[in-house]
Amino acid sequence: MGVVQGDQMVLNIGPQHPSTHGVLRLQVRTDGEIVSEIKPYIGYLHRCFEKHSENVTYEQVIPFTDRCDYVASMNNNFGYVVTMEELMEIKVPDRVEYIRVIMAELNRIASHLLALGTYGLDVGAFTPFLYMFRDRERILDIFELTCGARLLYNYMWVGGVSHDLPKDFERICIGFLDYFEPKIKEYNDLLTHNKIFLERTADVGVLPPDVAINFGVSGPNLRGSGVNWDVRKDEPYSIYDRFEFEIPLGEGEFGTVGDSFDRYWVRVCEMKESIKIIRQAIKDLPDGDVFQTIPKKIRPPKGSIYRRTESPRGDLGYYIISDGSPIPYRVKMRSPAFTALSSLGEIAEGWMLSDVIAILGSLDIVLGEIDR
Amino acid sequence: MTSTEIKETLDRQFPGSVIENIDLAENQLELKPDQWLEIATFLKNEPGLSFDQLECVTGIDTGEEGPLQSRYNFHSMEHRHKIEVVISLDRNNPKVASIEQVWRVGDWFERETYDMFGIIYEGHRDLRRILCPEDWEGWPLRKDYEPQETYHGIVVPKIKEEEWE
Amino acid sequence: MGVLEHKFQDNVVVASMDKLIGWARSTSPWFFQFGLACCAIEMMATAASRHDLMRIGMIPRSSPRQADVMIVAGTVTMKMALRVKKLYEQMADPKYVISMGSCATSGGPYWQHGYHVLKGVDIVVHVDVYVPGCPPRPEALIEGLLKLQEKIQAERPLTRKSV
Repeated sequence: MGVVQGDQMVLNIGPQHPSTHGVLRLQVRTDGEIVSEIKPYIGYLHRCFEKHSENVTYEQVIPFTDRCDYVASMNNNFGYVVTMEELMEIKVPDRVEYIRVIMAELNRIASHLLALGTYGLDVGAFTPFLYMFRDRERILDIFELTCGARLLYNYMWVGGVSHDLPKDFERICIGFLDYFEPKIKEYNDLLTHNKIFLERTADVGVLPPDVAINFGVSGPNLRGSGVNWDVRKDEPYSIYDRFEFEIPLGEGEFGTVGDSFDRYWVRVCEMKESIKIIRQAIKDLPDGDVFQTIPKKIRPPKGSIYRRTESPRGDLGYYIISDGSPIPYRVKMRSPAFTALSSLGEIAEGWMLSDVIAILGSLDIVLGEIDR
Repeated sequence: MTSTEIKETLDRQFPGSVIENIDLAENQLELKPDQWLEIATFLKNEPGLSFDQLECVTGIDTGEEGPLQSRYNFHSMEHRHKIEVVISLDRNNPKVASIEQVWRVGDWFERETYDMFGIIYEGHRDLRRILCPEDWEGWPLRKDYEPQETYHGIVVPKIKEEEWE
Repeated sequence: MGVLEHKFQDNVVVASMDKLIGWARSTSPWFFQFGLACCAIEMMATAASRHDLMRIGMIPRSSPRQADVMIVAGTVTMKMALRVKKLYEQMADPKYVISMGSCATSGGPYWQHGYHVLKGVDIVVHVDVYVPGCPPRPEALIEGLLKLQEKIQAERPLTRKSV
């Protein structure tokens, strides 16, 4: 009788696979079910965003930024226009600032709904996906009412916004928030306190806080590990310092601090905080003209700037270099999902294959932003 | 700490490495590429600086016959201060030390800059293309880039210069 | 079938073999979810609660062997083009392709300076229906699917084609 000889198998997950985060290829080396090494391969959606932005004018870059992180395009636009307005030292009227915050927070809720719905789909729960998409459609209705598009808006321009709010916007928006707030309790009953979901996500894929900072992880992934860092509070931009909201942190309620459940739970709590911000913004919305500070031709002064804003995935940064002409010299987008995915190789080793899918879902990546 | 104090601290510890450049803004400083790995480790570990977050690595092509630049943005969670480091490299032989062992996020950032500009990071454990396919030719984001003719039998279209009427 | 209603008793249908095969193939095509980019989110929204794709018989399948229709939703890049061709060849006959969105039709907004973007998926696979839009609304995708059903019903699989 000899000894059973084991060997490691190299398995390929992707680039087309039903865990719908996009075209990602994972090369996985497994010993039975236990994974010993993961290497992510990206670049299957590289659409040359940075090359395009060196050949079109500053206004024409905005639709391209939409398409990078296609789930939260208002926040992408927001980051770009905040960076440009800092470079050109434009001060926009208050009404524009309030409209931008309302749209960005509504899009944050829509993005988290999609992230949580597909996360439930990854671990095997089909019903939350349908419920969350039903509510997401109502948010897309509000966007369609305002600017005409459902997914890719091109709404925030340098110096203003493209369309003013429609007449009965406040009634519709408050109506949606009143309808949506009790639904979060419904999702908690369906998914969050579900025993099977807890078994699959608690204690799985723990990300320690110092490893997270070293890997450049930011946003809900970093807050799930207990680090109190939110660009809206720590490096405030626009008028976020006028609102009162809290920063939810992961506390290891059902497992260890920094596991997949904490990252999921931070996103659920952030939706509640966004509702608070939108209510405060609608109450204080001033009147005014939204088109008055839009420059006729954008010619920023020579120089470079790096500014980061908070997108639903983390720290979205734009590095813009201008040489005085109407066409940018260099636009670089620093995407939060890029750094979150680079940490996958570190936190997912030693788990089983199905746990890898659960960890990948909790990081909430969008391949359009990673590959640009 | 302000940017001037950070520059002075670096100048004291590594004399001769800071280059004066009037084109740069106040929070940017230009360094020589020679001792970059030691300076990076010092930036991270020194208690007064403690830059534990590498935010962004950007590659820049400064035009014909000009140098290639590699720019790093740093931030400290403890002291809440920032600095930007600019390193200029010779166009025909762009080599600089890799800092991916100091900040693990630098791994993928440096691979991306290598893919787009051709800057070689010495000491990187796995420097290969990340966005373009492995057998792609050329450095796409350089200003004098011409795409290849075909890729595995598919015609790669040339970048068209037509304007809309 | 409409032409022969009320001519016979209930539960008796008389039709040509071509029409019966066309009817059987066109209703309930299962789609191969090949979502690549932004159009994938609209494809997921079409399959979700409000615009339900299951009411016209389409179920998302993740394996090419079990699917009839491949919806290419999103930009196809050079790195991905070889895989699209491989997956198309793995699908079993009869198979159809819908190209969703302007990126899959002709390169989309990346037509001018995209060195890595394939200008239309019809360079590598044969496309039956093009659905334009950036991204197309779910209603537009459903119209594209209904047009595909009409196209399948108009095929004559048993007729000998003159060479």
